[in-house]
Amino acid sequence: MALITEPNLESVDPFYEALIETHRDLDEARSHALNARLVLLLANHIGRQDVLLEALRAARASGC
Amino acid sequence: MALSYDSDGAEIQAHAFEYRRCVDEDAAVPARHPVVVVGAGPVGLSLAVDLAQRGQRVLLLDNDHRLSTGSRAICFAKRTLEIWDRLGVGDAMCRKGVGWNVGRVYCGDAQLYRFDLLPEPGHERPAFINLQQYYAEAYLAVRAAELPNLEIRWRHTVAGCTQTAEGVRLDVDTPAGRYAIDADYVAACDGSRSPLRALLGQESKGRVFRDRFLIADVKMAADFPAERWFWFDPPFHPHQSVLLHRQPDGVWRIDFQLGWDTDPEVEKRPENIRPRIDAMMKAALGRAVPYELEWASVYTFACLRMERFVHGRVVFAGDAAHGVSPFGARGANSGVQDADNLAWKLDLVLRGIAPRALLDSYGLEREFAADENILNSTRATDFITPKSAISRLFRDAALDLARSHPFARRIVNSGRLSVPATLHDSTLNTADRDAFEGPLVPGAPAADAPLDGGGWLLRRLTGGGFTALVFAGDAGAVRAGMEGLVPIDIVPLPADGIAARRYDARPGTVYLLRPDQHVCARWRSASAADVALALRHALART
Repeated sequence: MALITEPNLESVDPFYEALIETHRDLDEARSHALNARLVLLLANHIGRQDVLLEALRAARASGC
Repeated sequence: MALSYDSDGAEIQAHAFEYRRCVDEDAAVPARHPVVVVGAGPVGLSLAVDLAQRGQRVLLLDNDHRLSTGSRAICFAKRTLEIWDRLGVGDAMCRKGVGWNVGRVYCGDAQLYRFDLLPEPGHERPAFINLQQYYAEAYLAVRAAELPNLEIRWRHTVAGCTQTAEGVRLDVDTPAGRYAIDADYVAACDGSRSPLRALLGQESKGRVFRDRFLIADVKMAADFPAERWFWFDPPFHPHQSVLLHRQPDGVWRIDFQLGWDTDPEVEKRPENIRPRIDAMMKAALGRAVPYELEWASVYTFACLRMERFVHGRVVFAGDAAHGVSPFGARGANSGVQDADNLAWKLDLVLRGIAPRALLDSYGLEREFAADENILNSTRATDFITPKSAISRLFRDAALDLARSHPFARRIVNSGRLSVPATLHDSTLNTADRDAFEGPLVPGAPAADAPLDGGGWLLRRLTGGGFTALVFAGDAGAVRAGMEGLVPIDIVPLPADGIAARRYDARPGTVYLLRPDQHVCARWRSASAADVALALRHALART
């Protein structure tokens, strides 16, 4: 697996808090748009196609 | 009056070729032709000229008696120009055409980015010229008329096609009635609605897009630069895209996305086109400019292809074989590359120098290229006209990020513009034995470079046969290797300079190029046996 799924976040709770905070006061449409921009920013940072494809598969498989 | 390289657009569009009764129509037994090309568009004309230059007796049939009406295809790519150089019409095309390399992409009223399709100097031809299709066809028709072994019959419509192992029987309708001819091979270049495809019971299948576009060609004295301008969601045409291109004679191509729920007949009316153009000009130029509406058309498109391009002795090329959306200028350009790929193969098969398997390689190579073009054009279409809410969400996210983040500009897709396919897995290639850097792998089209003492490399490759580029080395092995096969034109080059850099060449490096200028083998040092084996591969004789 090239995709890291073991814990890797430097500071979990502060990150999660910041993520939610970033969406504060946005309606649903704006939040979705923000998330889409975020996905593209993070994808570019990761860069590697194999890691990204694994992440896409993992995200799709984990939905309920 | 006959057409010439100096004919103007009005003359060309008004020109009617005459139906002429020919001896075949009165023959008791159908006349036999080595090769019949059907369809005198850019692809059929290019193929017919190429075959005739190779010494074949060529018959070209067209069901009409006029060249293209309206501008239609306008963007001709560098590779197409290089092919047309080989056919003797590249200079005429470039003299008339508007050369361009730069594109700009706007979103709303702001420029997102600009791109340069030919960022390095040292190429004779620009990335693109814009030229109305009728000029391209006219110059090819003028060239065709210079070749005594090429006969064009206008208003000769193919109405029947039957094949045997020995040949193809065509029934041809003319204003004077029906006659039959026999052909060793038939090349169907008869367009997206290809009657020959239907006569053979074949289909072109793929994805039809539910969207409409309005093309308006307007003549005006405006001073936009010779660049490709593309708008996503401009204020003058909200929620849709617009494309602006400059053509010769002060004509501008404006392409408006309309959406699916529009009535093409209503949109085509000048009184409905004019307000759109007025709004665009006010936004782009800051003022209204007087103009004449030259031509308008509302179109839809599909990305599709035939499953196979070679059906016995009938070979399909251009729109007859495959279709793409217009984003990327991959329609006419890929069709001319089909012709480029097919002509030398058909010639060598007709001469008995190569087996029928060489024609099969045409199918494999150009089906691969069609898939690449369809993939690129489908991706661009999905970006420009998102088909779902989530697709639009990500598209808009990329556009928003592109304003300030360079990475997102690479995601923005207003059309990935036509570049020739590298035929990586072609059966005609010889795999590298030696290590090389750079893009000129076996299957790649040759790159141009300026030559010492003036001139251009690709202009040295217009002889029509195989060529060996020999970098600061002895050509003895190449001379010995071609013995008993086909002649190879030897082009000696220095091991320093731009050509050597582009080909990652060192002293002794040899590149073997096919007659269509694609690399088929290369070595750091070649023996006669290497050359002979590679040549056999490229002739499908192994």
